[in-house]
Amino acid sequence: MAGSDRAAPAPTASARSTARSAAPDAVKILIAGGFGVGKTTMVGSVSEISPLRTEEPLTAAGLDVDDLAGIEEKRATTVALDFGRITITRDLVLYLFGTPGQQRFWFMWNDLSIGALGAVVLVDVRRPESSFAAIDFFERRGIPFVVGVNGFHGRHPYPAAEIREALALPDHVQVLLCDARERTSSRDVLIALIDQLIDAATGAAAS
Amino acid sequence: MTGGDAGGRLVRPFTLTGGRTRPSRADFTLITTVTTCDPQPDRATRPQPEHLRILRLCAEPMAVAEVAARLDLPVSVVVILLSDLLEADRITARPPHPVNRATPDLDLLQKVRDGLGRL
Repeated sequence: MAGSDRAAPAPTASARSTARSAAPDAVKILIAGGFGVGKTTMVGSVSEISPLRTEEPLTAAGLDVDDLAGIEEKRATTVALDFGRITITRDLVLYLFGTPGQQRFWFMWNDLSIGALGAVVLVDVRRPESSFAAIDFFERRGIPFVVGVNGFHGRHPYPAAEIREALALPDHVQVLLCDARERTSSRDVLIALIDQLIDAATGAAAS
Repeated sequence: MTGGDAGGRLVRPFTLTGGRTRPSRADFTLITTVTTCDPQPDRATRPQPEHLRILRLCAEPMAVAEVAARLDLPVSVVVILLSDLLEADRITARPPHPVNRATPDLDLLQKVRDGLGRL
């Protein structure tokens, strides 16, 4: 029994019984970036439901001792996860998960990134350094991502090329100027991510 | 700092699960889709109130994360309750679409792209 777990959570006992309506296929995209960069705003602007939140109690298990020291102080006992949903077709649903911004919650990112199509890293032009760590995280793990530069009040003082340079991004990572409050703008960032995935897939097939 | 008691819950979350902290069965992820079986198995014993709430919520398919959010319970607790229900053949659980970075699913990506384009 125990040997066959993990790798392929294929239909289990579930196949035996009948469900009222067929469950849709589910995929997810992560919306990452530093604290307060507009992740939940972006989730909310494209989601068909108001962003939902789950609160997970923190246990020492996932934390380094250093992290715990900080938490004691702040009395943070839960980590919140905001997410939204987009029904693509009747049988396919896309979930958007805003990753917890504070670095001490990063152990959750590993779990979250399993099975994700890719990620959007939001960057605040006023303090781009707050998203450096998120970029590193996805780069190191080979998880595809695009960068969305969220303009404060929708304003963009720097061209995308300049930001790309400042973030030292590889060529294949797209940089988009966006306004996370706007549905179409947020949607376009997601589309850019999918296009990047499609390009990579077709490029890989061609070479 | 008790947090989740706004809804008037009188027991701590883990007492709902009989003290168990590990799922007994399937590998539920945040986006595993749960659907209540209809009809319910007739030999089944009476479900607990929290189980019943899940069965009502999942009359239409719902992701684990959403069930947790709507019940205002931690995902880890909901997964244990879901494992009970799966064990009792009261729900079905559909795992998320597998993502393989080495061989991406172009059809799926195109479907997602088209869907986003319609937003």
